[in-house]
Amino acid sequence: MDYTTIIGLEVHVQLLTKSKIFCGCANLFNPDNPNVQTCPVCLGLPGSLPVMNRKAFQLSVKTGLALNCDIASFTKWDRKQYYYPDLPKAYQISQFDLPFSADGWVDIEVPSTGETRRVRLIRAHLEEDAGKNIHDESGRGADSRVDLNRTGTPLLEIVTQPDIRSAEEARIFLEDLRLMLRYLAVSDCEMQEGSLRCDANVNLHVEENGETIPTPIVEIKNLNSFRGVEAAIEHELKKQVKAWQTDPRRMGEVPKTTVGWDANRNATFEQRGKEEAADYRYFPDPDLCPVTITQEEVDEIRSTICELPGVRRTRYVSELGLTPYDAGVIVDQGAEFASYFDEVCVTCGDGKQAANWVTQDVQRELNERKLEIGEFPVSAPVLGAVLKKVVDGELTIKSGREVFATLLSDAGDGTRISAERIDAIIADKGLGKEQDTGKIDAVIQAVLDRNAAVAEDVRNGRMQAVGPLIGQVMRELKGADAKDVRQMILDKLQG
Amino acid sequence: MLTREDVEKVAGLARLKLTEEEISEMADKLSQVISYVTVLDEVDVSNVEPMAHVADVANIFREDAVRESLPREAALDNAPKSDGKYFLVPQILENA
Repeated sequence: MDYTTIIGLEVHVQLLTKSKIFCGCANLFNPDNPNVQTCPVCLGLPGSLPVMNRKAFQLSVKTGLALNCDIASFTKWDRKQYYYPDLPKAYQISQFDLPFSADGWVDIEVPSTGETRRVRLIRAHLEEDAGKNIHDESGRGADSRVDLNRTGTPLLEIVTQPDIRSAEEARIFLEDLRLMLRYLAVSDCEMQEGSLRCDANVNLHVEENGETIPTPIVEIKNLNSFRGVEAAIEHELKKQVKAWQTDPRRMGEVPKTTVGWDANRNATFEQRGKEEAADYRYFPDPDLCPVTITQEEVDEIRSTICELPGVRRTRYVSELGLTPYDAGVIVDQGAEFASYFDEVCVTCGDGKQAANWVTQDVQRELNERKLEIGEFPVSAPVLGAVLKKVVDGELTIKSGREVFATLLSDAGDGTRISAERIDAIIADKGLGKEQDTGKIDAVIQAVLDRNAAVAEDVRNGRMQAVGPLIGQVMRELKGADAKDVRQMILDKLQG
Repeated sequence: MLTREDVEKVAGLARLKLTEEEISEMADKLSQVISYVTVLDEVDVSNVEPMAHVADVANIFREDAVRESLPREAALDNAPKSDGKYFLVPQILENA
């Protein structure tokens, strides 16, 4: 069977505003205290009027720009009518024919094929989130409970073209999108809490007798983990291939179906539609005014966009000479971590050195101490100053690590860490790189004299015997470079 | 003219349960309303921009500031059924 997998995603993202989109209720995830963040606007009480949150609109435009969308100079809001208990007004305020942004794209890297793939975006629009229904799962048909805390949370809907060709690509798209949204600081993207959710539309294009036949589309609703997205699509594709082989149906022969994903059973289940056939009867919401935006205002918002993950990754590889792996590790830790790395890098002047320390030493300490980079006691300029001494040859890497460890333990004592502390530590511990070759030479000679038999072994070519000799020299001369010492010993014995 | 099917569809979308007599009555009445407004079809609007809002204003915003919400008791007060924390509604979604 010759076929192509066709996947399009609809992603919902809650925006990081303090208050809701149309009223002053707090925009907070608060499932333990249901129905404490509502007001007449959230509850759809007669006479209440929604007023657009400026910040929600600005964050939307910022996201649209980062997604390479065109920003509409004129946009408006419409009512999407449907009955559901999580929607007290019986309509959702959304955008229909004039969304604030359209025609964007995101490039993703697919490791399994080494390909860069462009996923085109149809649009991103701004709407209000609905409340949350909690269903009785006992099967006895008890009442559903409704919590309207979430009602009116600003929600961005991002819709892709059906450009995604595998479950893996869908997962990567979503992971990259989340990283980008976090860099933009427009959403916290906590999938567990529902601030990033995804629906997937999946079907096949079957090649048969020189004809391309699209199969019926299945929509998988409310995927709330990356693994869920990949597993659900994988599962659905297998089902559709089997369906084609046993009972081939073309698109249009059966209605589009909507399914949910049960992560525990690793299976999809059919959901009954909200309406027999969707008939939302959109019309412009008379309660809200349209929004216009000038090119200057768009440019001003554009200027607040930081360097995004894709651009950063490329720069780390092409300008700093990092491996794509190291670049990925740094970028994936988030904007704050990447900025820390950038500052260390600028201070010490060596990207690879900075990358090694940040991805190994700093990351290890963060994990052990369960800290975020913003709370890390050794600031970027201080670590940069230590590494500058390593790069300039004033400190060996080993001594650099000791300075780093001392700085960290000083921080534990509450000592303020500043770059000046570095010189004090180096002096206290005698860590400065020993550059007096006469002194090194004298110590080596003394060690060789005390260990005449071992020295003789080395002279006879038993090279592994040189290690203990280096060790003894290093114990007396902390700041010496072990590589230099080894060379000097060999020169002496074999010269 | 609106057909019975049209009325049944609209009633379904509005979650209204109509009797046989009401369906016929509504078909007549709605047909009258629609024929009344079809007079608008006579206006030439080919050079008129679609109107997004009756008031000629745009860009009405509020700043992103939190205001006090209703106490939960007040929010639940009008609900036909609640358990003191949640609104309660008949079960909605059937998982097949």
